[in-house]
Formats: sequence, C-alpha cells, structure tokens
Amino acid sequence: EDAGEARALYERVRILCWVMTGPRTLETKARHVRATWARHCNVALFMSSEVDERFPAVGLPVQEGRHQLYWKTIRAFQYVHRHHLGQADWFLKADDDTFLVVANLRWLLAGRSPERPIYFGKRFKPFVKQGYMSGGAGYVLSKEALRRLVAAFASRTCTHTSAVEDLALGQCLEKVGVEAGDSRDTWGRETFHPFPPESHLTDKFSQSFWYWSYCYYPIVE
Amino acid sequence: MISESSSFVKGVVLGGAFCVVVTLLGHIKVGHGTKARHHEHHHIQAPNKEDVLNLSEGERMELSKSIRVYCIVLVKPKDLGHWAAVKETWSKHCDKVEFYSSENVKVFESVALNTNDMWVMMRKAYKITYERYKDEFNWFFLAYPTTFAIIENLKYFLLKKDPSQPFYIGHTMKSGDLEYVDGEGGIVLSIESLRRLSRVLEDSDKCPEQGGMLWKLDEDKQLAICLKYTGVFAENAEDSEGKDVFNTKSVGALIKEAMSTHPQQVVDGCCSDMAITFSGLAPNHMHVMMYGVYRLRPYGHTYNDALVFLPPTG
Repeated sequence: EDAGEARALYERVRILCWVMTGPRTLETKARHVRATWARHCNVALFMSSEVDERFPAVGLPVQEGRHQLYWKTIRAFQYVHRHHLGQADWFLKADDDTFLVVANLRWLLAGRSPERPIYFGKRFKPFVKQGYMSGGAGYVLSKEALRRLVAAFASRTCTHTSAVEDLALGQCLEKVGVEAGDSRDTWGRETFHPFPPESHLTDKFSQSFWYWSYCYYPIVE
Repeated sequence: MISESSSFVKGVVLGGAFCVVVTLLGHIKVGHGTKARHHEHHHIQAPNKEDVLNLSEGERMELSKSIRVYCIVLVKPKDLGHWAAVKETWSKHCDKVEFYSSENVKVFESVALNTNDMWVMMRKAYKITYERYKDEFNWFFLAYPTTFAIIENLKYFLLKKDPSQPFYIGHTMKSGDLEYVDGEGGIVLSIESLRRLSRVLEDSDKCPEQGGMLWKLDEDKQLAICLKYTGVFAENAEDSEGKDVFNTKSVGALIKEAMSTHPQQVVDGCCSDMAITFSGLAPNHMHVMMYGVYRLRPYGHTYNDALVFLPPTG
C-alpha cells in the first residue's frame, strides 16, 4: 500500500474534528471513535458537559440533552476558536455515532480555500434559503466560517434561537454570509450521509418519508 | 409364563445390544482409515507475495486466467432473502455460479435436487457438478447462502496450488479424530478431490447416503469422512501471519471478539487482510460488504496488488 498522496494531503489540508459526546456515551461510543477514525484528523477533540482528564474530554458549560444541543455546539465552536484556531484550516463537527473517512474529506476540501466563508455537509433545503447541513451527517466549516460564527455570537448578530442545532446554525451562517457548499462527488453522488450505510444501500424509503422533501439535491436510487 | 417372557426380554436386550455393537463397529472403521498423515492439524498457506511479484507480467496474466472457480450454493425456499442477496452480490464474481436447491422455486433459477436432507443435497450437487463441469473448471467452491465470499482473494490463495492434486480447503474444525472443513466458512475442492469424491460417493459402505450411525452427522462432517477414504484431508487456510482466511463468523462478530481478546488491536487483529469468506450475514449486510470491499476507497491510498482478477463480464 502506498499512502504517499494521503500523507501529503494530511499536511496540506489540516482538519480539526470535534466529536459531540457526553459522560454517558464517552466509554460506550466516543471511545471507539477515538480508537478508529478520529486518529486520522490533525486534531481530535471530544466535547462533553463534564471534563474527563483521562479520556481526554473537554467539559463545556452546558447540560446534556437535546434541548441543549445548540448551546453545546456554539460553546464547542467557541472553545475550538479560542484554543485551536491556528492548528487547523477546517473544523468538523461529528456525533459519536458518526463514521468519517477523513482521507475523502481531505479530497473534498483540497481545492478550496479555508479563507473563504463556506461550509459543507449533507445539504437540506427547507426553512433556510440556501439550505443547511444535517447535524447527524456531520458538517465542516472553513476557518473563515468559524471566525464569522464566533464573531456573530460575540456581537449578538446571532443568538440562541432554538434547540434544533443544525437548523439554527444554518440560519446563523446564512446571516453572516457563509456559503452552503455542494459536497457531492464528480458524479453528483452524496458524500455525507445521515443514516447508516445499510440504510442508504438497501432501504426503500416510503414516498411520505421526510427525507425526500428535505434533500437539497435530487436523490438517485 | 414368566420364564418365557423373561427369555423374550433377554432376547430383545441381546438383539438390541448386538445391533448397537454392529453399528458402532461400522463407525470405528472410519477412524482407522488411511495412515497417510499423523499431524494434529493440517495448515495451508497463501502464496508469498514476493514469489508472485517475481513472476513476469505474462506469467501473471496466464496464472490469473488459468484459475477457474465454479461456485455451488446450496439453498432452500426458506433462504429466499439470502439467496437473492447472494445472487445479486458476490456470486457474480465466480466464473460460474449455480444454485442447488432442495426443490424447484419459481422466483429463481436453480438445479432442483428434490430432497430436503443437507447431506443428500451436497452429494447430488457434487455429483452433478462433476459430471457436467469436470472439463471446464479446476476449482469448486461450495457455500451456504449466509456466507459472503471474495472470489478474487480465493483465486489469489489458490494461485500456486496444483488442482490436479487433492486439495480440500477451508476453515477446519476437529470432531474427535476427524478434521473437517466447516461448511459455514465455505468448502474448496480441487478437480482431483472432486474426481475422487464422485467415485467414493458410489461406495455405499464407505460413503452411504444415510450416515449409518445411531445419530445423524452434519453434512460437512460426512463429506470429510468420505474424502478421507480417498486420501483427501482437510486443510485450514491461513495467510502469512497465520490468520484464518475462511471465517465462519461475520465481520461484526469477529470485531466484537477482538474487542475483548485484544482490545489494543481490534481492526488489525480481528481478521485477515485477504479474507476469503465471512458467514452468518443477513442479506442486507451482503450489500454493505460489497460497498465496503469493492467500492469505498480512501483517497490518496493506492493499493498495488500483485495480481488483478477481473470478474467475468456481464
């Protein structure tokens, strides 16, 4: 196996991955993320509501629970901006049940400038004019996008509007001029997936399933 | 009256005991088959990568093309879901695949064997296969519909093995003295083994249709017994690190085991990089395997395989 090109991209396209986790899933889920794909990120951080020196996990000043999801996301990005801005060009959020092929994310981002305000993920179309990125599938912000996000909260241009993390974030990013990018491959196939591989490969979704009306780009079966 | 009935009872008991003894004696014969080998376990290895790389381009092409694998999948109507998945996925990579079913099934084409008994199914399938295909293929791979196979890795494994020699390869197990290939992991026979098998199948003493025992033996064990009579012995297939390449469990199950036995090396330790089979898969998982094995690639990593086996066109 020759991983030369992959190594070159590792140096050139620096990615910081922060994983949304919590005290209850640290050892059951986040542990396996840490043992597997997180190792391929230039920097990997685990965001919890409780600090854990040994893991290590960052203790954010939030509570656990879906209603705190957007707060946790904001605090996590603020933390990353304050402590790690210089260490990476792109900043990814993932859940502790997300699997990421980091090499392929680097391919996606290789031709893009991190100084441009843009973010990528699984694009959904409702509610936000330019669309927003699904939280479950993971999304990645350019350095400029992160700067604008943090600045927006500091100036109160954006505030905590709802607990629906992905939608609220999408609305804020649109407000501050961060572009919703097209993450599809050269054949127009999606690269971010909100469901497990088995679902995308074998499930037949019924016509009334919400997914059909949410996808920004046409779904190819 | 009483003395007569007690004689009768003694007679029944003696007759029964005699019957048991005769049957058991028939069983003991098997154990003392041929004394060709006294090894505890037979192991057989994948080819050395260096040996293969040292061949010329032309030799490698020749070798790739010379290995022709015929796949037998034993199915029953209850396996329809798995049957469909196998049909749509890995079996397309065999040079030819045929489904041998217990009975005719309208939905799919198959060779109907008209029996529900797994051992009889296996016998018939092998017999028919030998008669029809002995001149067309040199390797014969038998699988159950819950098995997933990577035929390219099978071909690589068989690369430098002479099919005119009696090979009987897979994931082996031991039952007493008998070493047999576990059907769950897939069974590989060379043409020579198949030839010998088709002959001994006619011998109702050595290789009867009814096990000839007090209790029924599984078909994979029966196969081993019959083959042993012809001097063909089961060999456990391994890669250069000693890892099994035929697996009787799914990737998920093997990973789970690895997480408890060697938690620091789960992915590296669980399975061979050139695994040929996994078993116990649900139909949907076969599609996930196809995606993971043949489609998904990490950008920037190039894999220079010593050989390329192209699946048959169509």
